[in-house]
Amino acid sequence: MSDDIVLDEFGYDEPTLDKLFETLKKEVISSSENYSQEAFKLHWLGRKQGRLKVLSEAWLKSAPPEARKPLGIRFNQLKQQIEAALEAPATTTRAAQAGASIDITLPGTTRAPGIPHPLLKTMQEIVAVFHHLGYSTNLGPQVESDFYNFEALNFPPNHPARDTQDTLVIASQQSRPSRDRLLMRTHTSPVQIRTMIDQPPPVRIVIPGKVHRNDAADATHSPIFHQVEGLCVDTNITFSDLKGTLDHAMKALFGSAVKTRFFPSFFPFTEPSADVQISCIFCNGKGCRKCKHSGWIELLGCGMVDPAVFAAIDEQRAAQGKSPAYNPEKITGFAFGMGVERIAMIQHGISDIGHFYSGDMRFLEQFA
Amino acid sequence: MKILTNWLRTYVPNIPADDHQLADDLTLRGIAVEGVHDLGPAADDQSNGHLFEMDITTNRVDAMNHYGIAREAATIYNLPLLPLHTELPASTPAPAFPVRIDAPHLCGRFTARVLRNVTIAPSAGLISDYFSLLGQKQISNAVDASNFVLLGMGHPTHAFDLDKLQGGIVVRLAHQGEKLKLLDGTERTLEPDDLVVADEVKALALAGVMGGYDSMITPETKNILVEAAWFDPASIRRSSRRHLLHTDASHRFERGADFNAAPIANHLVSQLILASGGHAEGDLIDIAIPATAAKTASRPSINLSVTQVQRHLGTTLEDTPTQSALTPELIYQYLTALGCTLIPTRLAVQLEHEMIADGPVFPPGYFSDHAGHISLVNDLFAVQLPSWRLDLEREIDLIEEVARVYGYNRFANTLPTPGIVIAHPTAAAEAAVRTRLLALGFSESISSTFASQQDSDLFATAGQGTIPMENPLSDEASLLRPSLVPGMVTMLAHNLNRDVKDVRLFEQGQIFTGTTDQVSESAQLSLGLTGAVPATPLHTAHDAPIFELKGAIESLLSLFAPAPLTFTTEAPVWLQPGRSATALLDGTPIAHFGELVHTQREARKLRQPIYLAQLDLAKLYALPLKKVTARDLSRFQAVERDFSFTFPDSMQWHTIATAIHTLNIPELQRLTPTEIFRDPKGKSVPPSHYALLLKCVFQSNDRTLREEELTTWWSNIITTLTNLGGTIRAGEFTM
Ligand SMILES: [Zn+2]
Repeated sequence: MSDDIVLDEFGYDEPTLDKLFETLKKEVISSSENYSQEAFKLHWLGRKQGRLKVLSEAWLKSAPPEARKPLGIRFNQLKQQIEAALEAPATTTRAAQAGASIDITLPGTTRAPGIPHPLLKTMQEIVAVFHHLGYSTNLGPQVESDFYNFEALNFPPNHPARDTQDTLVIASQQSRPSRDRLLMRTHTSPVQIRTMIDQPPPVRIVIPGKVHRNDAADATHSPIFHQVEGLCVDTNITFSDLKGTLDHAMKALFGSAVKTRFFPSFFPFTEPSADVQISCIFCNGKGCRKCKHSGWIELLGCGMVDPAVFAAIDEQRAAQGKSPAYNPEKITGFAFGMGVERIAMIQHGISDIGHFYSGDMRFLEQFA
Repeated sequence: MKILTNWLRTYVPNIPADDHQLADDLTLRGIAVEGVHDLGPAADDQSNGHLFEMDITTNRVDAMNHYGIAREAATIYNLPLLPLHTELPASTPAPAFPVRIDAPHLCGRFTARVLRNVTIAPSAGLISDYFSLLGQKQISNAVDASNFVLLGMGHPTHAFDLDKLQGGIVVRLAHQGEKLKLLDGTERTLEPDDLVVADEVKALALAGVMGGYDSMITPETKNILVEAAWFDPASIRRSSRRHLLHTDASHRFERGADFNAAPIANHLVSQLILASGGHAEGDLIDIAIPATAAKTASRPSINLSVTQVQRHLGTTLEDTPTQSALTPELIYQYLTALGCTLIPTRLAVQLEHEMIADGPVFPPGYFSDHAGHISLVNDLFAVQLPSWRLDLEREIDLIEEVARVYGYNRFANTLPTPGIVIAHPTAAAEAAVRTRLLALGFSESISSTFASQQDSDLFATAGQGTIPMENPLSDEASLLRPSLVPGMVTMLAHNLNRDVKDVRLFEQGQIFTGTTDQVSESAQLSLGLTGAVPATPLHTAHDAPIFELKGAIESLLSLFAPAPLTFTTEAPVWLQPGRSATALLDGTPIAHFGELVHTQREARKLRQPIYLAQLDLAKLYALPLKKVTARDLSRFQAVERDFSFTFPDSMQWHTIATAIHTLNIPELQRLTPTEIFRDPKGKSVPPSHYALLLKCVFQSNDRTLREEELTTWWSNIITTLTNLGGTIRAGEFTM
């Protein structure tokens, strides 16, 4: 203890006060740890002989008038520190603290939050990538007419996809004109058609949604599944733009080390058409079980919008009294589509597609 | 389809790539090789090469044979494709064999050749070697010849035992009910739109699908008629489907065969049969229908503009700053190799590679590959299309061929200019609802889009109509779901059946109502809850799940602009009466919730009660999202007062709250029921009564509340509640 500090010997300048009060603060801490609570209180805050009172009276009295206010503030801060030390319950000594220690190895508690569905989470991630590339979300009905699902997309009348073997059809359609017949959309592409009939170019849309096919369910197939499609139509949109866009999107989704590879393919509504593979995200293209040792994983289909689709759009626009806007001599575009289930299954190593639609908490909880 | 690389290489010698490289090069150009199998060494110590498992897209039926794939290889490596050798030994003179086409719209071409004194024997040599490597069944030299030609160059043929024919050939439609025994031994009854190859008396074969049993080649056959024809795709498809006969021949014909391949195939088959003996008699009979030729082999040429190629395809990795790598020369080379004939029809003058003027055609076939400053460039071609590529019809088809042969991966990765993103109108509301439900502990789920008839009857909203499926996936999925609730029940049951007892799920999805002519889709939300929910001071554990659902609904509504929300105990039949309710927004129902009706719980053998809610999202999304205007926090102290009252069981909280609010005390900031207590023994609280602990918080924004004011409000509240039939138990003042 330094009862014998006499301030006059040091002066009232700020650095001196800093040093002195630092010393006093340390004294508070060490005395709070070594005294009992009562003794500590008495020592500092005793009404007559309390150290705080003694020091403050002595120092303030001898201080020049201009130094009194800052000195008073410092004493007040010290008093708060002493009071705070008093309020800390039963922690006056390190020994006492150790005795009251918690068992930190017990499990933590939480209010269990709900779990976002992994499939819908993946779908949102894909959509977000295209939002950042300037694509707006568009949605459409799940029950579609043959016109929007097939005819306008250049499917020939006897295309196998139109067969009830492949497509789920609403009852009692036989008597209707074939283009009006209602069915469960087999892809989200009808939204591309609806959008173009609705608005002139430029079009940049991304279409997430649920689709249905008359497929037998197994570990990798489900009659209900989800797609994200995209459509970009403007003047001067090229095949190399399609390549660059999807290469960018796949890097955004799977990491910048991912490579893309394009193969010729065939879809009625695009020409040229392509299948796109990405380098295997598990083995970085070296070959592993997940990529069947090829180093590549097939992920999406795409192509340049077939001029016949643009022609069907303008025909329909004319029928609705809208001016033609999709002259294939001036307008080009590309479209792409991917299965969300497949991507989510790859991302999370899910082996059975059925888990997505079971609501099984044991499955969902893994994604908490 | 299987391909032998050794066979393939006979048509394009000197391919500068091994079989694996060849497989990769073909695959990258859309001729997909799915598997490469090493066939090991041959007897002569030469390699047998590899077997390719092909996956050819349906539009490329021309590439479903060795010669077709050889043409692709020749195009890729810029090598010549060897012509097929069709020479036959000189035939003996004879009058033309009579052939008549009575259905010229369905049979566009028919070739026939008579072979005499043939020897029917097992195949030997190359056919035998190739067939055993391919795993192709060997039957006899005559039948194998037909299969060999089909595998080799893709055109189906058929050999008849000439001595079983009565008169010449007639290609005609079948008679109603006409019988024909086919090669597979089955007897078919024909319809009048089945096309048959017949003699003067009877049908011999179902044209383009399968030959007849009675005229087939047998070991005793001495004389043969070889047929190679072109049949209408739609007609073959119809007969193939009707008779459930999918054969190699029908597969080819129904996708559009090569009109000009018929005579070649006939020559090749005859050649192979005659290799074992015999001679040809007379000339090849070849009847071609001009109208069909005009639609296939002799289609009008189409224009291909070099500018259009570059406009659609964009930038390649090999472009120079001033010139696309897709030059007129390259385009000419690719398309010519694929079988097109290109005639330059417009010549453009380029100065420093900049187009300055179009002119008439200069020297046809001339290309500018000079390094000079001025050059002449063909920028428009008239393209005659090959007879085997009926999939090529338009300029864009040719542009695709250029891109395909060039190689998709040799194009650059460019990006179009970005667009402006417009938020979907309901996106913000959907996200807010989803985030809130997740925060409340409900997990996101997806259930079936379909429902059974029984579930539909139970869960559909009366009078809205349901939508049956024409071809349902199963009896349990015979209708489109009229509600999300049956799917939610299924998911909760799925969990309970697997001993997962604590479940909270939600689903946002579409429901389907209306008629099969006019289906309407609207967004709905379902909530499902099962498992222990702890009691609260207000709710017993028995009732707590129902109030958790009510709380969730109120919480969702709180995200939107305030609108009057009330509750009634009216509820649909799938909810247990007395343990369910309907939430009304502005007086019209927006949600139903409560416990699943007990009869359903029993019928579904659910081990514990389940709680469900259904909310009309369309109605919710019609409200704008809440815009918050923050109020200033009062600087003056709040005063809390707790009251304890006893009320008869019939007294509802709503009545109590309304009565107190009617006192209109602006300083009453909060009125909360904090505990409800009943005494089963009826001592501290009388029977059929409950004790209610009530907390009132008073606060003013402009002054410290005085004791007299508080006393007045307190006593007013006590008086009001006493008038309602309550009895005060204790009043406590706390500060
Ligand atoms: Zn891998």
